[in-house]
Amino acid sequence: MFESCADPSLLDGLPWLACYLTTGKHMAFYGSFLTVLALLAITAPFAMLFGFGGAMAARSDIAPLRWLGKTYTAMVRGVPDIVFFLFVPIAMDQGLEWLRHKVKCPDWDAPIRQGSDFVVCTAAKLPLSNAPQWAHEVYGFALAMIAFAIVFGAFAANVLSGAMTAVPVGQIETAAAYGMSKRQTFWRILVPQMWVYALPGLSNLWQILVKATPLLFLLGVEDIVYWARELGGAKTSTFSYPHPDWRLYYFLGLLVFYLSLTQVSDTVFQHLMRRLSHGQATLAGEAQRKATA
Amino acid sequence: MTCFETIQAYGLRSIGIGERLLPRSDFTLCQQFTLIGSGMIWNIYFGVLALIFGFVLATAVAMGKASPVALIRKPSEWFIFVLRGSPLFIQFFLAYETFVLLPKSGIDINLGFTHLTAQTSWLTKAWAGALVVLFLNTAAYSGEIFYGALRSVPKGDLEAADAYGLTGWTKFRRVTWPTMLRLAWPAYTNEAIFLFHATTLVYFSGFPAWKQQGDALYYASYFADKTFNPFVAYPIVAGYFVLLTLVVITIFGQVNRRLNRHLAPAARSRIRYRPQLIR
Repeated sequence: MFESCADPSLLDGLPWLACYLTTGKHMAFYGSFLTVLALLAITAPFAMLFGFGGAMAARSDIAPLRWLGKTYTAMVRGVPDIVFFLFVPIAMDQGLEWLRHKVKCPDWDAPIRQGSDFVVCTAAKLPLSNAPQWAHEVYGFALAMIAFAIVFGAFAANVLSGAMTAVPVGQIETAAAYGMSKRQTFWRILVPQMWVYALPGLSNLWQILVKATPLLFLLGVEDIVYWARELGGAKTSTFSYPHPDWRLYYFLGLLVFYLSLTQVSDTVFQHLMRRLSHGQATLAGEAQRKATA
Repeated sequence: MTCFETIQAYGLRSIGIGERLLPRSDFTLCQQFTLIGSGMIWNIYFGVLALIFGFVLATAVAMGKASPVALIRKPSEWFIFVLRGSPLFIQFFLAYETFVLLPKSGIDINLGFTHLTAQTSWLTKAWAGALVVLFLNTAAYSGEIFYGALRSVPKGDLEAADAYGLTGWTKFRRVTWPTMLRLAWPAYTNEAIFLFHATTLVYFSGFPAWKQQGDALYYASYFADKTFNPFVAYPIVAGYFVLLTLVVITIFGQVNRRLNRHLAPAARSRIRYRPQLIR
């Protein structure tokens, strides 16, 4: 990176460390922090969307839809989330390839599952075998994201359906007395009021999501855990920056990163809760009203 | 091989009893059920022991966090903050790397009159090292739950205890602690459920599975890798965990009933699932 880093074996002390921490691999390591933040930024809205859909389905008047919603909200109760993280990406991958196989190669007659192999025609492969490396990485990351969105959508559906039932019945009844239809009541009365009840659960969920991001490593994404293991491992003198096993320090760094991330989120959520409580018929809202009056 | 023979060969495979080699081809449903079920031994082992040890430490940490003495309060607060604020996955890695760096020959402790050598190599094995992590982790989460409950113990109960002349340890044991437990129990049940779920992380986070003796998810992912078919092994492990969760809910529900046995049935707090405690 710097010119003085041309021959690291001549350096020691701080200059050595400065050069060591700015190698290309370290830059990739710092970049992987952005991967984590990107995962958070993309997954959170999708999980909310899935959660909202699940909560709505669980309240639906149509029985099959309601069962679907209830099953979705209940599935994370009994089964560890890690099972879903391992299952969803590979299941999605095979499902997509199978669909493409049916469409693109209709006259293929060999079975798809041959013993321990999953064989689809070349045109159905995802991504295509001649696709560039970045396509494979993006595809892997996208599958991981879907897995996260599905699992956290189920958690969010739990929280949101709880919040929907927490809105005082009087509010709903008043809306009905004013002649609002079910749909109008839902969108104009229930949804605007439910957030204050949902926020404690959602903030918890966010913290859980933050703490679940290192599981990306299990899905084969080159995330911060991958780089911490890679860079921290003992390097012999054949490397330009030989050092003993430093994985402990790298993981300590990750620990600090996550601690500050959860701490910052906590502060933001407290602030948000104060804002949302404003003018609400809750204890916190009442306290705010009295304080200003 | 009949299914009965498979169970004989692999039923206790996860703790090293039975067939040495895992099945390599022509996997049957029976093999998958047996081996994954055998792996559940480890999930139950980690969950139960971590819960038992963690319960004791959690009570201590909750008392510590509520203490007026800063010298006791601060460490408790930091303990809870660090272990609740960071991912369990990272904690596993961190603990493993720490245990690996401990001297292989053991640590010499000089007591003046005699020499003790504390063996450390067992800490790098999953059965001990991962248990330590899970124990500390659940102690922090339960400690926070207990602390919250401790703060919501009704003032009237404590005043009544004072009026009866209960002080110190007797007051704690007869009034404060049972009330705290009663208030914390629904949340603590959730913590227990998610602790069992968290045990599946052990063999995916640094700790190696020695001689292919792993937990349920370890075997499930073994089968999923070998057969390239996730639609059999993962639903099996999911089914086992649903059963385990039901057992946990039943046991904790019984305890909840006993804790609330002096209350009218309508006033009893029922255990409700709240997804706030996975890590």
